[in-house]
Amino acid sequence: MGLEFYTSKLADAVNWARKYSLFQYPFVTACCGMEFMALWGPKYDVARFGAEFPRFSPRQADLLIIVGTITERQGPILRRIYEQMCEPKWTIAFGVCASTGGFYQNYSTMPGADQCIPIDVYIPGCPPRPEQVLDGLIMLQDKIQNGQGFVQRREKREHDAGKNKLKVLP
Amino acid sequence: MSLAVLQRAKELLGDTIKSTHSYRGDDTLVVDAAAIVEVMRLLKDEVGMDFLVDLTCVDYLGREPRFEVVYHLRSMKTGERLRVKAPLDEPEDGSNPALDSVVPLWAGANWFEREVWDLYGIRFHNHPDLRRILMYEEFVGHPLRKDYPKERRQPLVRRDPNE
Amino acid sequence: MAEAKKLVLGVQEPEDQSEYDREFSDDDELPTEPMTLNMGPSHPAMHGTVRIILTVEGETVKSGDVQVGYLHRCFEKEAEHATWTQVFPYTDRLNYVSPMLNNVGYALAVEKLLGVVERIPERAQYIRVIVGELSRITDHLTATAAGAMELGAMTIFFWCIKGREWIYELLEELSGARLTHSYVRVGGVAYDLTPNFADKVQALFPKLEKILKDVGDTTLELSFFRDRMDGTGVISRERAIQYGWTGPALRSTGIPYDVRKDHPYLVYDRFDFEVPVGSKGDNFDRFIVRIEEIRQSMKILAQAFAQIAPGKVVLDDPRIILPPKQEVYNSIEGMIGHFKLIVDGIKVPPGEVYSYTEGGNGELGFYIVSDGTGRPYKCRVRPPCFCIVSALPELIKDRPLADIVPTFDMMNMIGGECDR
Repeated sequence: MGLEFYTSKLADAVNWARKYSLFQYPFVTACCGMEFMALWGPKYDVARFGAEFPRFSPRQADLLIIVGTITERQGPILRRIYEQMCEPKWTIAFGVCASTGGFYQNYSTMPGADQCIPIDVYIPGCPPRPEQVLDGLIMLQDKIQNGQGFVQRREKREHDAGKNKLKVLP
Repeated sequence: MSLAVLQRAKELLGDTIKSTHSYRGDDTLVVDAAAIVEVMRLLKDEVGMDFLVDLTCVDYLGREPRFEVVYHLRSMKTGERLRVKAPLDEPEDGSNPALDSVVPLWAGANWFEREVWDLYGIRFHNHPDLRRILMYEEFVGHPLRKDYPKERRQPLVRRDPNE
Repeated sequence: MAEAKKLVLGVQEPEDQSEYDREFSDDDELPTEPMTLNMGPSHPAMHGTVRIILTVEGETVKSGDVQVGYLHRCFEKEAEHATWTQVFPYTDRLNYVSPMLNNVGYALAVEKLLGVVERIPERAQYIRVIVGELSRITDHLTATAAGAMELGAMTIFFWCIKGREWIYELLEELSGARLTHSYVRVGGVAYDLTPNFADKVQALFPKLEKILKDVGDTTLELSFFRDRMDGTGVISRERAIQYGWTGPALRSTGIPYDVRKDHPYLVYDRFDFEVPVGSKGDNFDRFIVRIEEIRQSMKILAQAFAQIAPGKVVLDDPRIILPPKQEVYNSIEGMIGHFKLIVDGIKVPPGEVYSYTEGGNGELGFYIVSDGTGRPYKCRVRPPCFCIVSALPELIKDRPLADIVPTFDMMNMIGGECDR
């Protein structure tokens, strides 16, 4: 008990707040964008999960959703956008092209967006149904609550290694 | 109706036509690649083929001549269609084959020719802006040629594995 | 000392008070220099796949270098490595807002090369028209929705997406997938229509008509929408033909070229429908032409449902069509036939054809070359929006910066089709 108890409880509360106020940056490139539109639309309504508001500036977003095929030409742009986002940040690969390249295995497509940035949740499907995406979003929220996001784990590692002593971390 | 176009083109163009054929209702002219702009100008102005529908290229690897640049034309007045093919040999010294650009006749040919240059490596003389269009400038080679392996990637960026 | 104080405050008191009352002229404009501005590819209005390097002087675009190709997924290279039937899923993802139209276009091209176009059963032809027109409605609804949303009319976006969702559900019932159907086959379609399909589609018409009316009424009175659409992105008929424009974009200039009318394919010559045309060739015309085309598509659908008769939905030819599953599992001939068709693919005679249909954006052509094997030697798509977008540098030149977004939207650039 003592300070550690309070800091870990505080971290829980912070993560709880984070998971219900995801500000997404949709990096829409391809067909999956059509399903992404449906996700915003009246029927599936992603607003129910506190993640409806798209920010078209990476500096204001903390969730990068990669919607569609990433080509080699697109890679540097994706990487730059990821680097421009403030931490903590999370990423979702929406659709099989963003996860593995799908059935596009050729000279121009990148075999999965994780070749150039870390991904937290992969949603398969070509394109995934909106229900699947909502499921993926809930999985990401669990991950955030448990501190399992890629950036959260890295911060924890750095904290344990003696860096970033001032930060409150689980 | 359709044969009439071929007939008119034959009378007009004479020797520049190497052969003609009609297959499955598609009329085709095979012409001398060196005279392509003159042929196209005559077809556009005299035969009435004023709409460039498509411009592409086929790589017949192992055949002489190796490349064929294919134009599809349509007449907006009568609705007739015509395919014009210009066979192109690969130069012995390994440089890129080349022919004249039809951009002065059709502005829409601009991007089509850039695409053919990008994917097949065929140069177009007098093209205003012959750059790659679908691939990036750093890319080496012309991917739709039959001797380019399908999965030879040329990555621009990769993640640091220790990240 | 007094001078130094002036500098610190940054305010220059005019000696002569009449300076305030004078009329402003062009000489008072701040001097501007050309500035290079990068728009996209990750820009909300650029659909993630286009980059425009703009040179702007003040608010005026002096030149724009439009760069496409950020979604080049090598359709042709992939098709050369797949059997003729395996190309269907790739065609779905060309113009992904109207997948059925691409399916139909590709199937017709292969059938033309096989020489079996006339033998396709009539019911299959009607079903192709039906699913194609449903897809055209989704295409135009999406184009309208995205265009309106990017100009700030979010309500119109939600209305259109709602309408699109109804059609997606019907097509899902038919093909099993919401978006990437792969429903059409060489020689016919995969399955027959589901029971009551006609009734379900026709029940949608009043609801769709209501959406169209709402969208039309709203946009006619929405002043900011009209201001940005009227008279912007104007192209003349001659330039449109020069650039190879087709589809709603060409029709907005007043040229009534529609492949369904001018070169009827399938059973389009049996339907009574009109080709809506614009008059000025501006963005608002393109918007209105699309909305009117949705109405015409509904008209075609109603006639198709009235005319369609029961019958087979695939060609009766074991060299092209897979044997029924009953035979595959119970007879050696069926098994071998299935195996050969799956592994080797359909044997298409050597030759080349160019087949064209009316896609969502215009003339969707497939130029296919066969060397007699089960795989395409070349499978080229004539992408309608590639030609249309190639005119973008000309349309935005010497126009205000704000015109780029409506002009680009009404071209309905679809990355999968433009970059392939």
